[in-house]
Amino acid sequence: MSGHSTYEPKTGFERWLDARLPIVRLGYDSFVDYPTPRNLNYWYTFGGILSLCLATQLISGIILAMHYDVGDAFNSVERIMRDVNHGWLIRYMHANGASMFFIAVYIHMFRGLYYGSYKAPREVLWLLGCVIYLLMMATAFMGYVLPWGQMSFHGAVVITNLFGALPIVGESITTWLWGGFAVDDATLNRFFSLHYLLPFMIAGVVILHIWALHVVGQNNPTGVEPKSKADTLPFTPYATVKDGFAMSVFLILFAFFVFYMPNALGHADNYIPANPLVTPAHIVPEWYFLPFYAILRAVPDKLMGVLAMFGAIACLFALPWLDTSKVRSMRYRPTAKMYFFIFVVACCILGLCGAKLPDDPVIPHVKTFLLIDADLNSFVWLSRAATLYYFGFFLVILPILGLKETPLPVPESIASPALSHPAGLPAHATAAPEMKG
Amino acid sequence: MMLRKLSILAAVAGLMAAGPVLAAGHPLPPKNVEWSFEGPFGKFDQAQLQRGYKVYREVCSACHSMHLVSFRNLGDKGGPFYNAEYKNPNDNPWVKAIAKDYEVADIDSETGDAIKRPATSADRFTSPYPNEAAARAGNGGALPPDMSLLAKARTGGPDYLYSLLTGYVAPPAGLKVGAGQHYNPYMAGDLTASWSGPHDKVPPGGYIAMAAPLKKDLVSFDDGTPSTIDQQAKDVSAFLMWAAEPKMEERKETGFVVILYLLLFSGLLYASYRKVWKNESH
Amino acid sequence: MADTAVGATTEPEHGNDPSRRDFIYIATIAAAAGGAASLVWPFIDQMNPSADTLALASTEFDLTKVAEGQQVTLKWRGKPLFVRNRTAGEIQKAVADDSAAMNDPQKDADRVKPGKAQWLVLIGSCTHLGCVPTFGGGDYGGWFCPCHGSHYDTSGRIRKGPAPLNLAVPEYEFLSDTTVKIG
Repeated sequence: MSGHSTYEPKTGFERWLDARLPIVRLGYDSFVDYPTPRNLNYWYTFGGILSLCLATQLISGIILAMHYDVGDAFNSVERIMRDVNHGWLIRYMHANGASMFFIAVYIHMFRGLYYGSYKAPREVLWLLGCVIYLLMMATAFMGYVLPWGQMSFHGAVVITNLFGALPIVGESITTWLWGGFAVDDATLNRFFSLHYLLPFMIAGVVILHIWALHVVGQNNPTGVEPKSKADTLPFTPYATVKDGFAMSVFLILFAFFVFYMPNALGHADNYIPANPLVTPAHIVPEWYFLPFYAILRAVPDKLMGVLAMFGAIACLFALPWLDTSKVRSMRYRPTAKMYFFIFVVACCILGLCGAKLPDDPVIPHVKTFLLIDADLNSFVWLSRAATLYYFGFFLVILPILGLKETPLPVPESIASPALSHPAGLPAHATAAPEMKG
Repeated sequence: MMLRKLSILAAVAGLMAAGPVLAAGHPLPPKNVEWSFEGPFGKFDQAQLQRGYKVYREVCSACHSMHLVSFRNLGDKGGPFYNAEYKNPNDNPWVKAIAKDYEVADIDSETGDAIKRPATSADRFTSPYPNEAAARAGNGGALPPDMSLLAKARTGGPDYLYSLLTGYVAPPAGLKVGAGQHYNPYMAGDLTASWSGPHDKVPPGGYIAMAAPLKKDLVSFDDGTPSTIDQQAKDVSAFLMWAAEPKMEERKETGFVVILYLLLFSGLLYASYRKVWKNESH
Repeated sequence: MADTAVGATTEPEHGNDPSRRDFIYIATIAAAAGGAASLVWPFIDQMNPSADTLALASTEFDLTKVAEGQQVTLKWRGKPLFVRNRTAGEIQKAVADDSAAMNDPQKDADRVKPGKAQWLVLIGSCTHLGCVPTFGGGDYGGWFCPCHGSHYDTSGRIRKGPAPLNLAVPEYEFLSDTTVKIG
């Protein structure tokens, strides 16, 4: 999609087709001859893994829809599990596939964050990724409602009620979302329709995402743009075989969950049919939403909590303009690197807090002192600290650090440090960037 | 590399966070039973499933429905009455005999009258009560949960069911137990409100409307296994695990082949990767 | 990027043993193809009838409900099933035509159970394109398909019209003199 094509049609038919619809040329330029930086590490294989996840979810989802019955949702899911040929396999693939999708997307996002893949000229690439992530969250949420178990139902109640926090329009929006006075059959029916639609929208945005990637080219661990032929390798076979290997290893993890602990990432309560009259003792979202759930609960005010949660996602969209650093990769930004790792830990802590009761002590059996509304040694206070860091990282640390820090010397090109690897960097390779730096 | 370690840590933390969370009243953690169906090669013990079925039939089914399970499932591969001679469970004579003992509601195609006919292998287990209201009315307002998915619908699964069934004890002094309620330390709940003892010594567990259902020799096992409460509880919990996840054996067997294949395939891909990249430093 | 877009190919120099190299590539591709093929099977097989559907595939029927000269239509495997109690006249007519020219020649005796010639059990689905034929129409005193004008005789054999085959006789057996099990 960029540069000029090196595709040469070999047979008469290929020449005929190429003059009419150059689709083979498009495929060749994008996935065969496409130059990729030669120093991409395994963190860069998650884009391919994500395409695999999307394909798995689409195929298994379309199959499940052949057997799912919105009018008898809970029982029809059990019919899939018990009576449909291989139904249990396809449903467990779909349910665990969602978790695998999010594991991969989080790694993909942290990778982008670490190597500065959102910086110019890749802002649009990053924004499209954020849109995909948003669509994924909407799809996953609506998909989780479909089995119509207790967690499905009450999860839907809680999430749709979030919109009720908005002033003036809140109530009208929730009623509109529900199509009634509460989450009910009408809600389930529209969620099913949208859950079927959204993945195709994701696929559409993924095409844009890949298009944008092929216009600006892949970033790489050094953050230095490829300058010569020595810096790149053709996509096929080099990247294809590496991505393929990574996918296969990822599939082992996936298969382990599907075949040996298919319900470990779910909740026992979701095997109880939805009952609007009884709420389970613990409403906990799926693990991939826990950090946002913790941010929601960290703020004592309902509206502010909802705004903080959406703000946490908005930060991702603003990231390309929040980071002021000239150096792309954190490999050469030791201070930023440190803050980045604290950020990863903060996200994990938020995930942990989201799964715990807010008032439970972090360190068991220890009471400290009451601060405002809870003991300081409680998950709600831990989540507040982590939330503060989350926003601080995006809104304070990244903007200021870029102006203040002293980055390490950046190599002149990808090939110069890479080619001397693993013998160690010869003196001139390190000296050159210093003179530049 | 630090990034790698931390990201793995992140994934692990995320997974752990998704695990079970203790309920407000913090019931006792379920006892750990060694089941034949545990582990990657676990299989249901057919004799145990048959005994468990008998406990279900003679004790549980008086109040509990199991409406997602069909009679033919009993003769499916891995099921309590599977027989290699009858690959089609609908032909299995044990299944047919069991089904015949039940009566299902039907409509007479001639007269249109509501009738009862003997069940066939295609029918599902009938419910002891015609509807939820009747079930509640017959049980002091408490609804006996459907048993088809019970072993998956409770944190702890069969361990929990076994612990609950064998866990009935006299309520500790200071705990007020209302009429129609029974104390069980494995039941979820919060007893703070009815506890008159020291505030930091609230007993674990909660109230359950079901009285201890099992008694010694309540069910006589055809294979001569001594019919203790412990044995009955174990067998019926195993049976309920089968009822909730009848495809478990097939799942684990398939999983073994799939993972073996993926390991081999990954190995081949890695070898190809090494060959392709042989002369490229990176 | 433009300057690097032209394939920066340095053809990798392969190992010393080309046969071993090729073997690994071929084995990898073969394993991928094999894996994909076995994965596709469950995705295809799921569209076959499920276990609960198959369990309902056989049905028992009490013949005392059908008077002589009458026909009862049941639903079996989602299709109509005709159970006809034929009169002596109908049987006679069918047997008399055994040697007539037919598209799908078959003796009447082969279409009923021995000694039970009055009971004709047919799948009521026209062998042309699956419409449901009606009894009493047509030129042969049997069934007539309104969709494209196929005529069946009193044994359900095709005599005239576009249908290629006789109305199918399903697998069934007499459990007693008055009960049949179909399927």
